[in-house]
Amino acid sequence: MTARTVRRWQFRQPSVIPGFGLALGVTLSWLFLIVLIPLSGLALRSSALGWEKFWSLATDERTLNALRISFGTAFAAAAVNVVFGVILAWVLVRYRFPGKRIIDAVVDLPFALPTAVAGIALTTLYAPNGWIGSLITPLGIKVAFTPLGIVIALVFVGLPFVVRTVQPIMEEIDKEVEEAAATLGATRFQTISRVLLPGLAPAVLTGFALAFARGVGEYGSVIFIAGNLPYVSEIAPLLIVIRLEEFNYPAATAIAAVMLVISFAMLLIINLIQAWSRRRYGYGA
Amino acid sequence: MEVRVQNIRKEFGRFPALNDVSLDIRSGELIALLGPSGSGKTTLLRLIAGLETPTEGTVYFGEEDASKKTVQERNIGFVFQHYALFRHMTVLDNVSFGLKVRKASRRPPAAEIRARALELLELVQLGGLEKRYPAQLSGGQRQRVALARAMAVEPNVLLLDEPFGALDAQVRKELRRWLREIHDRTGHTTVFVTHDQDEALELADRVVVMSKGKIEQIGTPDEIYDQPNSPFVFGFIGESNIIPVRVGNGQLWIGDRSIGVSASGEADGLAHLYFRPHDVELLDDSDGSIAGTVAVSRRVAGTRHVELDIGISDCRVEIELPPEMAAADGSRLAFRPTRWRLFREGAAG
Repeated sequence: MTARTVRRWQFRQPSVIPGFGLALGVTLSWLFLIVLIPLSGLALRSSALGWEKFWSLATDERTLNALRISFGTAFAAAAVNVVFGVILAWVLVRYRFPGKRIIDAVVDLPFALPTAVAGIALTTLYAPNGWIGSLITPLGIKVAFTPLGIVIALVFVGLPFVVRTVQPIMEEIDKEVEEAAATLGATRFQTISRVLLPGLAPAVLTGFALAFARGVGEYGSVIFIAGNLPYVSEIAPLLIVIRLEEFNYPAATAIAAVMLVISFAMLLIINLIQAWSRRRYGYGA
Repeated sequence: MEVRVQNIRKEFGRFPALNDVSLDIRSGELIALLGPSGSGKTTLLRLIAGLETPTEGTVYFGEEDASKKTVQERNIGFVFQHYALFRHMTVLDNVSFGLKVRKASRRPPAAEIRARALELLELVQLGGLEKRYPAQLSGGQRQRVALARAMAVEPNVLLLDEPFGALDAQVRKELRRWLREIHDRTGHTTVFVTHDQDEALELADRVVVMSKGKIEQIGTPDEIYDQPNSPFVFGFIGESNIIPVRVGNGQLWIGDRSIGVSASGEADGLAHLYFRPHDVELLDDSDGSIAGTVAVSRRVAGTRHVELDIGISDCRVEIELPPEMAAADGSRLAFRPTRWRLFREGAAG
């Protein structure tokens, strides 16, 4: 190759679509203002603590327990949502039945309902003297005021994330792919487990990530049903609030910073997995 | 394996897609189902596959009644127009899928499955691409993977639904020739659906022409082209001219002018004369010919296409001449069809 053919590097490719500069400018300023500045403020505050102080605050036993409960319950709830969310999406995509539109709309309710309302409703149901609570308490299952209650609240708020990410991808599944599997001798079960579900994996993963992220940050619906016993059912966002109310800003900042790092790492991993699957399969959610 | 379709009827709702269709497919034959869209050709293919169930009638594989069997039990190979590959699987996994899902008692050992899949990929000229994913292949390559996948289960019959329909013209031609080669080498009984008559005539041992849920004609490509047995087939396959004529005294007449074609044995009355543009001989403008003025003259590759105005409204005749023959617009030409067929009023399609 001669030097002539080497094109000068350009910041952007020439395009007929106008407004690139303006749109990018607005996007970046908005992103800075809304996301990056608050987050860097957080990083700055925690770095001002000094490493030793930060570490002792972050590894305080109550803090560690709260983080464990937050991430553990969010993970469990997202996992539950993946299973039932996929089934729900399947029913909504595949079958026609009366009331389908209503069910489809109900899925979005957790998006719209104030989470505190959901929390109070769930607590009323699952409290030992509530409708469901009075049925299962004799069986030795305690839901309200335990981590199990937190999981239930998070399942409630996370469900639409899974359904709404999986549904459109499921609708795209070509009927021919299923027919192809059948002509090759695959049973219905094999078709679903080997052909359909693996094809949905990237979308399911996205739904999981969204439900998980939502679960980690959830506050309103959890604090009612959790009972908030330190070391047992106290979530990290609540602990932050408690520290703030004690005017213990360094501790609140430290917990927040740890949450930020863990969440960021998990989302990064999930995104990497998605990029990898997109490269391989040529698609992804 | 022989496949026999007997008196098949298929209705979707109250709309009949196939009406009393019977077809015998010989073992090892390559058969084309040809017809315009809505003619029922794909429905027939899917009925043979078991992807649809007939409203009435029977499908036999050899001596066995296959109608009651499920798709899975029929052991067929089906290739879809849009490939229908499993996109989360490598090419190799796609091809071996049919063997891997077999019951343990009928499943070959893993090493053998792999060897067989690789061998098939070699056969469809995709050796070395077994680790790719469908998204990383071109359309032609994907369709070849689909074919290898269908052949892996050693199907009783190979069914292809518009296999080249989604590909561009160049690739299509290449794959056509290549499919014929594969067929000659492997000897699978093969049925393919197409709306492209070139494809059907070039590729198939026998062509089944379908229209409106019925079989119009079954025959070799030569028979279909040279002896179409209905106005539909004549009009659908190749180019054709249709002229309204009158039969009288064993002669054909346009108005009061005899066109010099003897039709002895034909009853008197109105009819339509069908002939192909290249089945004509030029004459001096004399009695006993069809005469007209040149309206358009076009050079198409090795022939000259001339459209003639023969004095009947809404009826232009196109004939093919050697390219060296000059045919200026407005000049007069007279010709006589050398091969033709008459179809009566009412039978005309």
